[in-house]
Amino acid sequence: MAELVAFVLLLAVTAYACAGGADYGAGFWDLAAGGAARGRRPRRLIDHAMAPVWEVNNVWLVFVLVLMWTGFPVLFQTVFTAMWLPLALAALGMVVRGAGFALRKPARRLSRRRLYGAAFAGASLLTPFCLGVAVGGIASGRAAPGTEAAARVWAGPAPLAFGLFTVAGTALLGAVFLTADAGRFDAPDLVGYFRLRALVALGAVAVTACGVLLATRSDAPHVWQGLTRGAGLALAAASAASFAATGLLVLRDRAQWARFGAVAAVGAAVFAWGLAQRPYLIPTSLTVADAAGDPQTLAWLSLVSLVALLLIGPAVALLYRLDTRGTLEPLADSDLRGVRPHRGGPADGGG
Amino acid sequence: MHTTVHLLAADAPAQLLPARQLMAFTLASHIILVPLGVALPLITLVMHHRGLRRRDPVALLLARRWSAVMAVQFAIGVVTGTVLSFEFGLLWPGLMGRWGDVFGIGFGVEAWAFFLEAVLIAIYLYGWRRLPPRTHFLLGLPLPAAALLGAFGILSANAWMNTPQGFTLDSRGDPVGVDVWKAIFTPMLGPQYWHFVVAMLMTAGYVVAGVYAVGWLRGRRDRYHRLGFTVPFTLAAAATPVQLFLGDSITRAVFREQPVKFAAMEIVWKTDSHVPEYLFGRLHPDGSITGGIKFPQLDSILAGFSPDTVVQGLTAVPAGDRPNTTQATIVHCAFDIMVCIGSALALLAAWYGLAWLRHRRPPRSRWFYRGAACAGAGSVVAVECGWITTEVGRQPWIVYGHMRVSEAVTPTRSTALWAMFALVAVVYVLIFAAFAVVLLKMRDRWRLADEPGGPGTGPGGAEAPEAATPYGPRPPVPAAGPGGSAPSEGGGR
Repeated sequence: MAELVAFVLLLAVTAYACAGGADYGAGFWDLAAGGAARGRRPRRLIDHAMAPVWEVNNVWLVFVLVLMWTGFPVLFQTVFTAMWLPLALAALGMVVRGAGFALRKPARRLSRRRLYGAAFAGASLLTPFCLGVAVGGIASGRAAPGTEAAARVWAGPAPLAFGLFTVAGTALLGAVFLTADAGRFDAPDLVGYFRLRALVALGAVAVTACGVLLATRSDAPHVWQGLTRGAGLALAAASAASFAATGLLVLRDRAQWARFGAVAAVGAAVFAWGLAQRPYLIPTSLTVADAAGDPQTLAWLSLVSLVALLLIGPAVALLYRLDTRGTLEPLADSDLRGVRPHRGGPADGGG
Repeated sequence: MHTTVHLLAADAPAQLLPARQLMAFTLASHIILVPLGVALPLITLVMHHRGLRRRDPVALLLARRWSAVMAVQFAIGVVTGTVLSFEFGLLWPGLMGRWGDVFGIGFGVEAWAFFLEAVLIAIYLYGWRRLPPRTHFLLGLPLPAAALLGAFGILSANAWMNTPQGFTLDSRGDPVGVDVWKAIFTPMLGPQYWHFVVAMLMTAGYVVAGVYAVGWLRGRRDRYHRLGFTVPFTLAAAATPVQLFLGDSITRAVFREQPVKFAAMEIVWKTDSHVPEYLFGRLHPDGSITGGIKFPQLDSILAGFSPDTVVQGLTAVPAGDRPNTTQATIVHCAFDIMVCIGSALALLAAWYGLAWLRHRRPPRSRWFYRGAACAGAGSVVAVECGWITTEVGRQPWIVYGHMRVSEAVTPTRSTALWAMFALVAVVYVLIFAAFAVVLLKMRDRWRLADEPGGPGTGPGGAEAPEAATPYGPRPPVPAAGPGGSAPSEGGGR
């Protein structure tokens, strides 16, 4: 039962990495879009593409935290005590990001909009980096139960490599998704713009992935062993294959399909890490069985997760389907004007 | 109950104060958004239904505008809510590490209900234009249920902290043998949940109606304002007398389940019968009370329907196991403010009800609308006071009778926590200011659009940035050209 809940937790982490990752990646490209005049169009596209789904993408994180403290209370306590600073920064980054996103549009002066935009974009870089660092701290095994908060827990080669790899991964997801979105919202000039950035991100992911492997070998031996044999190796290979496929699809201008490739690459990478850690939650100090909460709680948690899957799965699928089919549109002013539409239907937009 | 060292405030770790302040600040901020998140979908759907049933474009317009407000509020609620779940780990790792598997299931239910709400709100908000009207309404219909379920999850966790059960303690004082069902359905869950849900409906209703009451006072009395006032105010007014009854019953539940908290709420010092009721007043460390209005015997009568009812006083437990006198005074004041506001709202609701009964129309007195305009702010204050009552009244326990707040707090240095508190406070002030600005901007634009001879239909040019609001109305965008703008929004059909 504990294994099952650990698997569900890994699934939730994967979902957050893919959905939230695309979101943070969009913020990253917002940061890299250049000056106000040059970056205006890409920024508009980023806002437009993010708006309908960004809340949903970020709720996965709440899910991950709840699964952690209910299923594996000791793990939750350990991680949040030993790696207080990166996690506090990640939380702060989330607040700043939300504030920046919300404040940027109503701001009047260009200087203010720059400031809020920079806050949003900078936080989009900080949060995934810190979360990646926390994952690296777990993988390296330095965050053992009872560890007090200290810089040495997360300032090693593996945590920093994981952090950079996470940022590169979000940039890749963001660029690939935005390439597809640019095609969808018929902004052909932006397709090439984001395609180029997707290729740059592919390079960055390749470099940081090598860095992660090197750092893991020396700094996280247990995870390295897991990655070089069995299921961990298979998934790492699958991640590399999806990564290569993504590169080909981007080059061939098949951004719609490249999205699946990028998600598969990131998802498989997260899964490879999770399976490489078996049987540990924190390598060589805390096993899944030791950290598991009460058996009855775990049974209920599995049931709750199953219900969630049955209810949320279709709902999220519907949302993404409506979103990609272009059925979801923001209300335009004409909808909110006090004009009397003919019949009782929604007012027709003044297009 | 396992014994713990008696921790008086003086021996509390240094990081306890900033951790508490930060948690209180973020919770108090988040709770302002909660009524709109839980009950505004219901109010909007009622309006939407009316619009569809009666083919009423005004009702549909109101529903569309409210859904835009709902979206802005929900976006900020997601951020502040995520921060809260992080804070469980950053501030109270001891609580989650020991008790997480006992009371965490409630959070699990809340998480997926909230998830469902996020999906449904996105579909509802962005579905106005292209989804068939019926389909769109039906997809919005589960929203109130999802919101109620989310509230259930959170309240289940909070009620468990007040009346923990569903576990046994092993020799080391750790919980084993969890009975999830008992841990979810604790004695305080029923009273807390219904009191909370009705409070959310009242607050959302009075806040929304208050906006249109102000419009009424300023002379905007067209059908749009009448409808925008009547629907939410009727819902809130109908809930108000129910809330008086529920508030009375939850107080009695606290009297039964948490006598020490009840003693703090009513500043009862010594266990006794024929206990007087104080309206406000201050409790001093020697047990004397200054200020306030004294009603002889009333407290005993309210608690047990007879002046002979024995009410446990604060001194019935050791000083380290009860709120100190300052905390008790805070709890007592918050509780009394909440009761006073609730009573005032009940009078306002009665006025409204009588006017409907006698004249078949809402009241016409300016004083009524002045009251209605204040009712929104008043109910938000009442919600905050209710929350202060239950949380401060639980001190010094984080898990009532089993774990102190000081045992749960993070070992992180207090300087780091103060720094985080300062940063979070600054950003929250900015976020809430932005929230207010966005809402006011929406209002201004809508008011402009409603004026006869306002901006007509047809594509307006690319507008100045300050005119656009994040989620609500957007100007239609001309086709991308040189220096053009975003992808088509709303045009291009």
